[in-house]
Amino acid sequence: MITTQALTKRYGSVLAVDSVSLNVREGDRYGFLGPNGSGKTTLVRMLLGLVFPTSGTMEVLGQPMPARASAVLPQVGSLIEGPAAYPYLSGRRNLALIDAVGLREGRRARQARIAEVLDQVGLGGIDDRPVKNYSLGMRQRLGLAAALLRRPKLLVLDEPTNGLDPQGIHEIRDLLVALNEGGTTVFLSSHLLSEVEQLCTRVGIVDRGRLVLEDTLASLRAPTGRVVVESPDAEKIIGMLNGQVVSHAGEEVIVTHADPAELNAWLVGEGVRVSAITAQRLSLEQVVLAATGPGADRVASSEVVV
Amino acid sequence: MIRVELQKLVLRPRVWLSVALLCGLPIVVAVFLATTKIAPPPGQGGAFLSAVLANGSLYPAAALALVLPVFLPLAVAVIAGDSIAGEASTGTLRYLLARPVGRTKLLTAKLIAVAVFVVGAVVLVVITGLITGVSLFGGSAEAVGQPGGVTSLSGASLGPVDVVLRLLGAVGYIVLSMVGFGAIALFLSTLTDSALGAALGAIAVLVTSSVLEALEAATVIKPYLPTHYWLSWIDFFRDPILWRNIDNGVLLQLVYIGLFFAAAWANFATKDVTS
Repeated sequence: MITTQALTKRYGSVLAVDSVSLNVREGDRYGFLGPNGSGKTTLVRMLLGLVFPTSGTMEVLGQPMPARASAVLPQVGSLIEGPAAYPYLSGRRNLALIDAVGLREGRRARQARIAEVLDQVGLGGIDDRPVKNYSLGMRQRLGLAAALLRRPKLLVLDEPTNGLDPQGIHEIRDLLVALNEGGTTVFLSSHLLSEVEQLCTRVGIVDRGRLVLEDTLASLRAPTGRVVVESPDAEKIIGMLNGQVVSHAGEEVIVTHADPAELNAWLVGEGVRVSAITAQRLSLEQVVLAATGPGADRVASSEVVV
Repeated sequence: MIRVELQKLVLRPRVWLSVALLCGLPIVVAVFLATTKIAPPPGQGGAFLSAVLANGSLYPAAALALVLPVFLPLAVAVIAGDSIAGEASTGTLRYLLARPVGRTKLLTAKLIAVAVFVVGAVVLVVITGLITGVSLFGGSAEAVGQPGGVTSLSGASLGPVDVVLRLLGAVGYIVLSMVGFGAIALFLSTLTDSALGAALGAIAVLVTSSVLEALEAATVIKPYLPTHYWLSWIDFFRDPILWRNIDNGVLLQLVYIGLFFAAAWANFATKDVTS
């Protein structure tokens, strides 16, 4: 769906995207993660033909971009750095205008489609007041509706749940999962780990313009070979498993062991009370923190280059 | 794309406000003239103003002469300056281009929308001018010759068909002049993400050109200033029509349109859109 080879973008002396080779497969829900200022948005803009790469190549839907933009982009729905609309027009009118761009189709078919996408994003009953009176969440929903207008094969979304309340976030997540199951590939760029963790199947992590990691979420979060044990008899466990204990704090002991079920049976057999036991998995947050440095919005005094 | 741009133009409250202001100025002037009956002496004040007290049907031309030097170009600067920069600052530019709309196509549609705005504004000014003039000063259709009748600036009287043709010529010439200026504003609009900045830049061009126009020392470059031939539409109301300046003006504006549209294209077609 999306492949890039050594894609690079340089703004003057700043290397915004540095030799990124990305691979998004058909049917993925791909989470593109990275700290602020790590080049996520620049990459998204390159994929959509808004920013031209300094070097490297990219293919979207199997065709080279930006050379074939006129064939590729009609099949791509996008939400780039927040929604945008003409503030003096109603939401419906905005959709009609953006839909009329470069598309020859009857008025009735168009209105039916607009009604359909408004329903999908939960704005089905919207009235004719201008967008300038919309709340942030409504604007976000309208932006999503615009992205869905042409029933795209690929959705490129930058922070799609920005400004939504928990209820709205949940709703949009369900919508994206449903669309994905209907065959739409979703490319989601975000710095919200929970959003990616709950929605995505594959993850790419970018840091200071470089792609530092690309893998399925399941394998990133595979067991680490350690077991977390909670027990009121923590001291006893430390005594019994001295060589295998990695660390302990209060009632929690972390033990190097392959199989939590076996360890549990053994501990109970030895008369140790176990209140909780589970294989240790890294959270996505830990994976990201290990893979990336501080965001570009943090400028510590020692990092200032004179 | 052109239809979409025209819809945006028509649906925008700001556009109608500027048209209302353009039509309002001549009405205000007409009310003052009609109540005081003090016309500026011939040769002073706005063109045609000295004649309108005698014949209201000349007032459309007087109205054009009132709005053309400052008011109309200001409106054009605002509309054309907004064309790309305004889309950039509302964020809609990135969505238009990702739809996708070809960048050349977008620029062309924007310039055409500016031309349509000028045509609409000028026509409305002419119509309100005609209504105001005839109702406040009376259209002396029965009187032929001086005073009364429609008199050319050269003194000969003109028939109604002749007046309409000359008015059409004048409107066409004004529209071309304004589109030439609009092309400059459009180019500036591709340079910045601030619609205000682009409009102010275009106004700066207007002011500079007018200042140089009045400067003896700048005689050499005067024929090339964008505003130099703007007022030559008045020559349509001379008898016979004085074509020399009109021809030069048309040529100059075509060069300006070509030059600045090409510059706008060269800048915009390969620009990274980061707004």
